[in-house]
Amino acid sequence: MRNFFFILVKELRSYFYSPVAFVVITIFSALTGYYFYNIFANFSTVSFQAQTDPMVAQQYGILNVTEFVIRPFFGVLSFVLLIMLPMLTMRVFSEEKKTGTIELLLTYPVRDIEAVVGKFSGCMGIFTIMLSLSFPCIMLVAFFGDPEWGVIASGYVGLFLMGGAFISLGIFMSTLTENQIIAAVLSFASLLMLYMVGATAGFVGERMGHFLEYISIITHLDNFAKGVLDTSDMMYYLLFMLFFLFLSMRSLESKRWRA
Amino acid sequence: MIEVKDLTKTYGNNARGIRDVSFKIDKGEIVGFLGPNGAGKTTTMRILTCFMPATSGSATVAGYDVFEDSLKVRSRIGYLPETVPLYTDMQVPVYLRFVAGLKGVPWKEIKNRVAAIMEQVGLTHMAHKFIGELSKGYRQRVGLAQALINDPEVLILDEPTIGLDPQQITEIRTLIKGLSGERTIILSSHILPEVSMLCKRVIIIDEGRIKAMDTPDNLTTQLTKSNRVLARIGGQQAAILSELQKMPGVKRVDCLSGESDGGTGSYTVEFESGGQSSHLVARLAGERKWDLYELSPMKMSLEEIFIRIVTEEETKK
Repeated sequence: MRNFFFILVKELRSYFYSPVAFVVITIFSALTGYYFYNIFANFSTVSFQAQTDPMVAQQYGILNVTEFVIRPFFGVLSFVLLIMLPMLTMRVFSEEKKTGTIELLLTYPVRDIEAVVGKFSGCMGIFTIMLSLSFPCIMLVAFFGDPEWGVIASGYVGLFLMGGAFISLGIFMSTLTENQIIAAVLSFASLLMLYMVGATAGFVGERMGHFLEYISIITHLDNFAKGVLDTSDMMYYLLFMLFFLFLSMRSLESKRWRA
Repeated sequence: MIEVKDLTKTYGNNARGIRDVSFKIDKGEIVGFLGPNGAGKTTTMRILTCFMPATSGSATVAGYDVFEDSLKVRSRIGYLPETVPLYTDMQVPVYLRFVAGLKGVPWKEIKNRVAAIMEQVGLTHMAHKFIGELSKGYRQRVGLAQALINDPEVLILDEPTIGLDPQQITEIRTLIKGLSGERTIILSSHILPEVSMLCKRVIIIDEGRIKAMDTPDNLTTQLTKSNRVLARIGGQQAAILSELQKMPGVKRVDCLSGESDGGTGSYTVEFESGGQSSHLVARLAGERKWDLYELSPMKMSLEEIFIRIVTEEETKK
């Protein structure tokens, strides 16, 4: 527990000592802010047109701010996270391997689980700051409209879990190589694959289709963004995290017995 | 304290590594690991610090197996790797507090411990700097500080003085010497005088095997099959040479310098048997009424011993 705490503090510190955290957080906020502006401005135009033109009103049905702004916004956040989080995780173990500091870390009386979970929590800390910076957009919606707070809460829970899944996979990739670029590329590739795999579901038969849909990292977020808290979706993300954290531990540990 | 038995480590097809290394180090001993680059010093140390496993054989530190009880071993050692890998983006005291925390220094003592260790290694005036800004010598000190922070029973130092300037080398050596006593220290080096100065026992390792293991003094007498005396004598060179040659037990006499027509000359006299023999030259000089300016037994330096051991092995092959 103690070691976990020290590693967590050290990780958070080193993110802020180097410009990494600032750059990633700023870019994330700028991108999501821009997308949010597009979504929100589009919504306001459509609602204005719907007021004056019955044809448009019919086409869109009931204009609901939660449905038309909050939900797509969560979708956008998930995609930007997919781009940004591997940037945070690529250095986690790769950098230590490259600079050799892993030699000291692994010869300290620290359990592998403490090192992995400590570093994971450090990333989660930065990710939480990132995610919380998207909240002013929601506040803006609440200022002009009346969104459903339940959906917002469940959407954030979903994003938080999904980000954790992205981070755990990224950390695992960084234990495999001392090259940060390779770690980042491996994370991007696997996350994008998991992101898009649902698209194949339609033409591979029912069974395989269900499987691919379940595997896809993004389909589970949809429920959260709709305000549906399903334990199976939660389990998906939690198991995903546990699985990759476990693999990271094994990968670190293997250095000690792989003769 | 440290027991290593038939330790072998091979890296794939590469011939490097170590083969059947066995030794035992008692509590409080300072032992020097000596060997050319790539001899297997770092490999042995990495196995002892639980960083990598051995292919076969066993190693115990303080009674705990490095493979089975890795955590217990790791909490008892302080390790300074050769390259001194440090987090360059941290300030010195912040880094040391982090290490102190991981090494189990009690919460309340961390601050004092860090201050004390920085004082001990001479880092106090660098407290505000980031490790990345420090020179090699100061980084080495930070490395030593992190190894010492929890006052470990065993210290493993891989080339602790490499890359330092002469003054820093002396400082670090004094520091290491001051650490001995209760602590067991293993240090590796290819600077031979350093090892003979600091260590009570030397392990010479080459091509992954232990070639010799003894005190520097014993190694000297063991290897110096004959013993030599250096004498500076005034007088006729030819006469002195022939008289010295006639002494009983003399194997060989050389004149290093001097004029043939008197003046002073330097001579080395090599005796067949070991033991003291300078007095024989002194006695002869007294009898012949030579002016004796200097007389000293010539010892083999560790360098010579080392080269002899390594080359002897090669010629045997």
